[in-house]
Amino acid sequence: MFLGLYNYWIVVLLMMIGFYIVIAHGNLIKKLVGLTIFQTSVFIFYISVGMVERGSAPILAEGISDYSNPLPHVLILTAIVVGIATTALGLALVIRIKESYGCVEEDEIQKLDQLNEEKS
Amino acid sequence: MLAHLPILQVVIPLMAAPLCWFLNRSKLVWIFALLVCSATFINSVLLLIEVMNSGTIIYELGGWEAPWGIEYRIDKLNAFLLLIISSIGTVVMFAANTSIQKELSEDRHTLFYSLYLLSLTGMYGIVATGDAFNVFVFLEISSLSAYALIALGKDRRALWAAFQYLIMGTIGATFILIGIGMLYQMTGTLNMSDLAIRLVDVGHTRTVFAAFAFLIVGICLKLALFPLHLWLPNAYAYAPSIVTAFLAATSTKVAVYLLIRFTFTVFGISFSFTSLPLQDILMVLGLVGVFVASITAIYQQNVKHILAYSSIAQVGYMIIGYSINTSTGVMATLLHLFNHALMKSALFLALGAVMYRIGSVQLSQFQGLGRQMPLTMSAIVIGGLSLIGVPLTVGFVSKWYLLIASVEAGMWPVAVLILLGSLLAIVYIWRIVEMAYFKPPLPGRDTVKEAPWTFLGPIWALVIANIYFGIDTRLSVQIAQAASQSLFGINP
Repeated sequence: MFLGLYNYWIVVLLMMIGFYIVIAHGNLIKKLVGLTIFQTSVFIFYISVGMVERGSAPILAEGISDYSNPLPHVLILTAIVVGIATTALGLALVIRIKESYGCVEEDEIQKLDQLNEEKS
Repeated sequence: MLAHLPILQVVIPLMAAPLCWFLNRSKLVWIFALLVCSATFINSVLLLIEVMNSGTIIYELGGWEAPWGIEYRIDKLNAFLLLIISSIGTVVMFAANTSIQKELSEDRHTLFYSLYLLSLTGMYGIVATGDAFNVFVFLEISSLSAYALIALGKDRRALWAAFQYLIMGTIGATFILIGIGMLYQMTGTLNMSDLAIRLVDVGHTRTVFAAFAFLIVGICLKLALFPLHLWLPNAYAYAPSIVTAFLAATSTKVAVYLLIRFTFTVFGISFSFTSLPLQDILMVLGLVGVFVASITAIYQQNVKHILAYSSIAQVGYMIIGYSINTSTGVMATLLHLFNHALMKSALFLALGAVMYRIGSVQLSQFQGLGRQMPLTMSAIVIGGLSLIGVPLTVGFVSKWYLLIASVEAGMWPVAVLILLGSLLAIVYIWRIVEMAYFKPPLPGRDTVKEAPWTFLGPIWALVIANIYFGIDTRLSVQIAQAASQSLFGINP
């Protein structure tokens, strides 16, 4: 039961690690790293779903009758592309934040914003 | 041509978005984008007429039959939503050129129009598709372009708001992705109508419950239901005015649609509402959301913040209607989707006009604007009355049906709380009115003029729609009723 489903345990573990980093860390780059780990865990989940016991790679060949389900893999290719786009956009935002705030720490940015509001 | 309407709705803006780059002259791109938006608007009107007359349209992408291919399924609910999004998208686009001349630097104009069209594509896609994974893809198209649109804001806080929205939005979208993955794992299909059939057999399993929970939480993050609303106020307040008007009127509506689609069509009413305490949870969160957000709105100094918090409160009303879980309740929610889109786009566009003239939307800067920009400010007043729910405006119609629904279901306390919530709206709208009409203009502000007609045109078109649909409710009520009855399987 436990060992048989070890992919899924890894998925859960990675998901929690990623989620924790996003919530707990104030550094924007670390937040994005956490987000990427979080998303990656879902990729592994989808790939594990497609496994068929004793199934081979879904390529037509003689003497093979059981194939793994390729559809989740195709789906997750799309999700990987989406994930890359998200990370790229997030990093681009971090660069612009660094340019205009001069820092990439959540609490420092919030302090700067508060100071600004008090001035105006 | 007519047979391809469902896909044209999505493909036209998708193809047009990169074309904006080739035109590369601000005014030219604007006219092009306006034409594209209008085309999708006409398309959605044709779709709605077709659906109302002859029932659900099923379109197979590339001729591949479902469940192998992706299927677009347009019923009354989607057609109504498509109409809301496309009409707001088009009307807001009219004012875009004037507004972004002032708010964005020249080199970003083309980019703005591309992103706007992409965001529109994503929303159309989410609504039109009948495939669960397709929903995720379009959700990300619309969200990613929305993050970039918000980051275009002049204030540096726009960047921080966009980043926070990106983190929250991605977590929400990933939750939805997990939910869809679990559904596929249990049923082996991604087609929504197939899912609905096959889920009946596996509905008792823990995986399906987990999938349901992931989907609901993910969607609630997207629709900014209290307490998952934290990304919304700053994102709306610091985005360029046009972007705020567009997103405030459309993006949360799309998320409400997803919630309705997944709980009613995919999981089915009996699963969503009887095996889980969804009704109680969402009802409480909706009510708390109305009060917390309205009270927070009262204490804001930035008018965009006031209206952003009010948006969260309005989402609360939609969720209340939804969780009453009767045909009338869902109908009230659908009506409020339409009506809230009308009021908020009018209000935020009017704020865009104020921003255009005085370069700020701080409440203290509104002093004396009632006399200097009479047409803009009276639009804000009428929009505000509609937000409160005064008779003869659209806001009244949806609140009325919401009250009827809660009384019909025997939920008297809910009806009372809805009325109390509306009283709070009076307070925050009154603060704007008081500033604009009962205070003298600030020194050095004598020369402020009325907004240009490119602003007043769309604003007043929306204001008149606010009044028109408040008096002649036949069209909106008829469509919303038909849509909600079809969800409950009642044939009119």
